[in-house]
This record gives sequence, structure tokens and C-alpha cells, in this order.
Amino acid sequence: MWNTQSYIIGGKMNIIKKFSLGLLITLFLTISANADKIRIGTEGAYPPWNSKDASGKLIGFEVELAWTLCRYMGKQCEIVEQDWDGMIPALIMRKFDAIMAGMSITAERQKTINFSQGYADEVASLAVMKGSSLEGMDTPAGINLTKPNAAAKKALKTLTAALAGKTVCVQTATIHQNFLDSGDVGKVNVRTYKTQDEVNLDLAAGRCDAALAAAVAFSDYAEKSGKPVVLTGPTFSGGAFGNGVGVGIRKDDTELLAAFNSAINKARKNGDISRIATKWFGFDASM
Amino acid sequence: MITSFPKLLSATVVTLKLLSLSLFFGLLIGLLFAILRLNKNIFINKFAYGYSYVFRGTPLLVQIFIIYFGLGQIEYFRSTFLWVIFKEPYWCAIIAFALNTGAYTSEILRSAFQTIKPGFIEAGKSLGLSNKTIFYKIQIPIAIKQSLPAYGNEIILMLKGTSLASTVTLLDLTGVAKYIISTTFKPIEVFIVAGSIYLFITFLVHNLIKYLEKKFSYQ
Repeated sequence: MWNTQSYIIGGKMNIIKKFSLGLLITLFLTISANADKIRIGTEGAYPPWNSKDASGKLIGFEVELAWTLCRYMGKQCEIVEQDWDGMIPALIMRKFDAIMAGMSITAERQKTINFSQGYADEVASLAVMKGSSLEGMDTPAGINLTKPNAAAKKALKTLTAALAGKTVCVQTATIHQNFLDSGDVGKVNVRTYKTQDEVNLDLAAGRCDAALAAAVAFSDYAEKSGKPVVLTGPTFSGGAFGNGVGVGIRKDDTELLAAFNSAINKARKNGDISRIATKWFGFDASM
Repeated sequence: MITSFPKLLSATVVTLKLLSLSLFFGLLIGLLFAILRLNKNIFINKFAYGYSYVFRGTPLLVQIFIIYFGLGQIEYFRSTFLWVIFKEPYWCAIIAFALNTGAYTSEILRSAFQTIKPGFIEAGKSLGLSNKTIFYKIQIPIAIKQSLPAYGNEIILMLKGTSLASTVTLLDLTGVAKYIISTTFKPIEVFIVAGSIYLFITFLVHNLIKYLEKKFSYQ
């Protein structure tokens, strides 16, 4: 009796041992296969920077640029999808090795991660629904906040008066939220969303008096949805809006940083960045 | 970390407000539908059953998305007076939570009413008590006692359910925790603090229910 039982247990142990050995081998093979693969994290929800097509495949400016940069680096790459609000923590926890997700280079983020040189830049803008009282503000076409001149300061005052008590919707943890929180346009009621898609939905539903994001994010939405979303006020750059969009890399990964920087140089020189940017944005947003 | 603690505490107030308002409305809805479920009319009965079936059978996240993002897409709906309420994420969240917890509460209360032995009601009748007195003095107290353990569970589930308010722009405990993480990039520390606050509230709820169970015990 005792013998049979121990035999059965022994048999079970064998199965478990075999199973764990198999698991270990698989794990080892996966790790070694991934050893020199660069994993690049992107959001897949911020068209035209990065998004997904109907079949769920990642597409967009940064996805195409990522493949191009990997070709220049001579490395195998894998593009990983990650929610925006967990992007930097996921990089630090080594879920991937680089961020290419329309992430602007800001001093605040540089405390935690490194950025490659910028590869693209484009302006931010407020958007409203057609017929809104915020349409047609008397401001210059664009203002730079790095060293605001008299016209820019005047435009900020106009915006402060127009936006007082209004609800402005933004995606969470973005340069756009930082700008509204900075108090440059006074006290506005900031409402934050997980994705830009949700910002667009609530702008169209009338829950937001205005929304702030990359200007192309709104024109892309207006074009695809047919909703009467229009840009208003000046376009913003500099200051809280950072210095272009770059590749985010962990502080200790200096080798990868150098590799990305040289790949961006080559791609820029050969006109690849301009070509891909023009394809996705409709204008040359490369830098 | 120390600077973000007060932010988490004030977000806890939002969570508690969401929880108490949802439970209040949910209890009213639950009581109403429990009584409808006990009704002999087949249409009323099926209607009440259908409500609890739908809201218990779909994820709370789906319900809150349909109420917040879904209804907002219907142009006709936006022109009705209801839009004044549904425009606000706060009320959308409370409506979704109350309808969800109301469905579970109705089931808890229905089963509590149904487990009351006919002997208790017959005893009341033989004492010459009116139907109303039997309902308030016999059926309700027994039903409360019977349903307390299950309802305590429901409160705790709802407490954790309120974390979904962060998906519709509300800055509750989870929402603020996520916001702090997105600026400090320290997920482990912040989530541990937020988790401990949830645990502490659960501890309070658990003890309150235990106290009430003792109070309503008729042994």
C-alpha cells in the first residue's frame, strides 16, 4: 500500500520535474533569443504619431521610424505596446529598452530618464467644437514659451481671460497637462483622461469646453470622425512644451543612447525622417 | 512620498463620498427591486429579475463606460434634461455604481426575505398583528440580520469598485495614485500606500458589520 502510494507520488514528481525543466529551457531560449533585441515601447493610441490599424497592428510615424532606426543600428527590434500613464515606470522596470511614443523632451522627465536628440517636433494647440465662444481668439498664430516676448505674454493674458472657469480636457501626464497646471493661463478646470481618444470623445460630446494636445492629434481626429473640431488660439511651443520629441532611454543605458543618436543622425542625413514624417503628418515635422 | 500623502488622503475623501452615495442609492434600488422580485405578477417579477441579471452579468467597467462615454455619443440624449446630470463624470460614476450594487443588494435582500420561516409570520398572525406590523417588526429585522454578512461583503466589493471612477476622469484614491506615479515614476511605493488606505477602510467596514451582526442577533 505504502509502496504504491510512494510510486504514484514519485511519478507525479517526475512529471513536475520534466515540466519545470521544459519551462526552464523555454525561458532560457526566450531570454537568449531576446538578448540582443531592442524592445521599443509605444502607446498605439496617439495618431498620427503612433496608433493601431483595424487589425490591431501598430502603425504610425514612430512605428515606421523605429524600424528604420533599427535598420541603421543593425539590430533586431520588437515594438511593445504600453499605456501612456505607465510608460516611464515600464521603461525603468525593463519591460522594454526605449520609448518612442510622442514623448517630448522635458526637464522633469530628464530627472528620471535620458533622451536621445529630438527626431520630430510639432506644436500644441487648443481645440473646440465649431460654434464655441472660444473660437476666433485674438492671438498671434503661434507663441514660443521658452523666452516669451510681449506678444506671447499678451496672448497668455487673452487665454487666461477666455479660459477662466472653463473645463479643459487633456491626456494625463502630458506636457499639455503640465502647461495647464503651471498657471500660465490662470485657473482652469483641468480634466485628465487616460488616452487622447477619450479626450476627443468628450470634446465631441460637449463635456469639455476646450481640449489641449498636439495640433495634429485634433486634425487627425476631425478628418477621421467627420466631427466639427476646430483649432483655436495660438499654437504653443517651448517652455512647458519641451524641446521636441526624442527616444527615452534608461539612465544607465549609455551605449543604447549613443546607438540611437547616431542612427537618428544617419536617418536625418539620408532624408528618411523627413520622408516618413511627411507621409504621416502631411507636413515635415522632422527635426 | 511624504508630500504626496496629503494628496492621497484628500483623494480618500472622494472615494468615501463615491462609496457612501452609491451605497445609499444602491440600497434604495436594491430594496425596491427585492420587493418587486417577491411580487407574484410574472411581468413585474421578470422585469426585476432581468435588471439584476444584466447588471450582475456584465463587468462594472463596461457599465461605467456605456453610461459615461456611450450615452454621451447619442446626440438626442444630449438634448434632453438628463444631460445636465450625465454631463458630469461624478454623477455618471455614482449612477453606474448604484445600479451595479443595487442589483447585488436586491438579490441579497430577496434571499434574506425568502429564508424567513413561514412559522415566524404565522406566529405574528396568530397574535393578531397586522400585515404591516408583521412586515416592519418581524420580516425586516430578520431580513437585516440574515443579509448582513453578505451585504458587508458587497460594501467591500463596492469600495474596490469605486477605483474604476478613475477611468472616467475622477480623481479618487486610485486616480490620484496613478497621477502621482506619472509624475514621480514610483509605482511600488505609491500603490502600497494607496492599497493600505483601501485595506484600512475595509478593516473599518468589517468591524462595523461585525458590531451590527451582534446587535441584530436574536439568539
